[in-house]
Amino acid sequence: QESQASGLPEYIKIVEVGPRDGLQNEKVIVPTDIKIELINRLSRTGLPAIEVTSFVSSKWVPQMADHKEVMRGIERHPGVQYPVLTPNLQGFHSAIAAGATEVSVFGAASESFSKMNINCSIEESIEKFEEVAKSARNMNIPVRGYVSCALGCPYEGNIIPAKVAEVSKRLYSMGCYEISLGDTIGVGTPGSMKRMLEAVMKEIPLSALAVHCHDTYGQALANILTAIQMGVTVVDSSVAGLGGCPYAKGATGNVATEDVLYMLNGLGINTGVNLYRVMEAGNFICTALNKKTNSKVAQASFSTGTTN
Amino acid sequence: AFPKRVKVVEVGPRDGLQNEKNVVPTPVKINLINMLSETGLQVIEATSFVSPKWVPQMADHTEVMQGINKLPGISYPVLTPNLRGFQAAVAAGAKEVSIFGAASELFTKKNINCSIEESLERFDEVMTAARAASIPVRGYVSCVLGCPYEGKISAAKVAEVSKKMYSMGCYEISLGDTIGIGTPGSMKEMLTAVMKEVPVGALAVHCHDTYGQALANILVALQMGVSVVDASVAGLGGCPYARGASGNVATEDLVYMLNGLGIHTGVDLQKLMDTGTFICNALNRRSNSKVSQACCRL
Repeated sequence: QESQASGLPEYIKIVEVGPRDGLQNEKVIVPTDIKIELINRLSRTGLPAIEVTSFVSSKWVPQMADHKEVMRGIERHPGVQYPVLTPNLQGFHSAIAAGATEVSVFGAASESFSKMNINCSIEESIEKFEEVAKSARNMNIPVRGYVSCALGCPYEGNIIPAKVAEVSKRLYSMGCYEISLGDTIGVGTPGSMKRMLEAVMKEIPLSALAVHCHDTYGQALANILTAIQMGVTVVDSSVAGLGGCPYAKGATGNVATEDVLYMLNGLGINTGVNLYRVMEAGNFICTALNKKTNSKVAQASFSTGTTN
Repeated sequence: AFPKRVKVVEVGPRDGLQNEKNVVPTPVKINLINMLSETGLQVIEATSFVSPKWVPQMADHTEVMQGINKLPGISYPVLTPNLRGFQAAVAAGAKEVSIFGAASELFTKKNINCSIEESLERFDEVMTAARAASIPVRGYVSCVLGCPYEGKISAAKVAEVSKKMYSMGCYEISLGDTIGIGTPGSMKEMLTAVMKEVPVGALAVHCHDTYGQALANILVALQMGVSVVDASVAGLGGCPYARGASGNVATEDLVYMLNGLGIHTGVDLQKLMDTGTFICNALNRRSNSKVSQACCRL
């Protein structure tokens, strides 16, 4: 196997965050039926996990106001996970009532970011998540933990790897099966990615780690490559690179699923995902949003009408 | 382990502008190169001494070469496809030249209407004249990770052409992923083959970002010991083979990554971004550099 010979993982799980993280950071409010159609198309690509929506107050996140309708309206393909965000116990109960079978909680490695984003300290947020994790455990619902600002914070600047490791450990100890480390503002480079992962890997088993890279400074694929060279086997990405950066107007945000797949395919790494179908889903949502794709692979492929 | 220093070869004024639709006035080209000269870059590819019939954008090569400020310690190589171009370049003051080979027969036929072997014979004349004039020659190999006509290109072929150009006297061989389809896997395979024939210290990578793979490919090249990387300010230069797609990797994004890795380049990122802003305004287009987009709130 090509990938094994190079010391890279044989298989990488792609977690598609376009319908949630992506759309949440798009200016245009997307109608419910379009969201459902997008998710259904993504379900047919081979993606093993698709983050569907967020059970957060519509006052804070208007884009996700239709969370119940989306959860109830989508096709549920066997073998595909459909996690949803649940910031607190109330959101968790609402998600379960709407049919969710997996949830995510969002911590941060930065106090300032935690305060500005969810109006409480890291410690207070962890307490809320513990309530969710406890209920989830009782109901056999898996919980995924996110750590934002893993490579830098829009308010604090530099974030020390030890802090990322500490918050990751708290989330893992409370029962999160996977910890997704997010370079929220995309400032990381292969150097800071390596240092951060080395610290986190001391506390969390490698197989429980994921990277969630933003491409705001064009560093995402290089950072993802670094992570998989270190043995990380789960990568978050967003179809068509949906989702700008709320901290740098006009800048891009999430890395595009198509571009990640192109790289992994080239490396001989199995993902189970059909790149062409993802591009078609990307084309669908970009047409609906009336915007150009942020995926370079899609840009190159649709102009020539060929793919590689 | 990564190299401690990387030499960044700026190809914006030549490779970049050559692939931009709008023809840029001579004073703008000169100002672009002068601004780049203030950023700390050590090598700036200035223009191409090719017939204006083929490349109208480079028709003002003599004026550009004679008009730019040539700062000490900075090299201003120019493309010279044949002996005639070489002589014109030297007459205009060039002190370093570049020649362009390819690892694909079909690409060579379509691009310069001859076989790889014939193109190397033409270059031989340039090499002889350059040696006599003590002018260093940089060799480019195109299509190293794939060809728009032939598709897959064997690593052995790239190694063969690189070896020939190095043996002819090129001091450096720049390996170009001309259509940007390479990935870290194919980059590694290709470099492994080439490094058997050419010392890694004489190798450079010239990655296109058409499929977003450039920085990942460059990262792998650095991990293998390559310490010379080509890039284009603001990511100037689209891809002539995929309309609307991007081409050259942006120098700003490359320098951002190298800075983050603690690798010394000598380049001032802010001055580089300012230069990118200048040329994008002149071209009336957005920058292709993500670093630039992130920093200059639109």
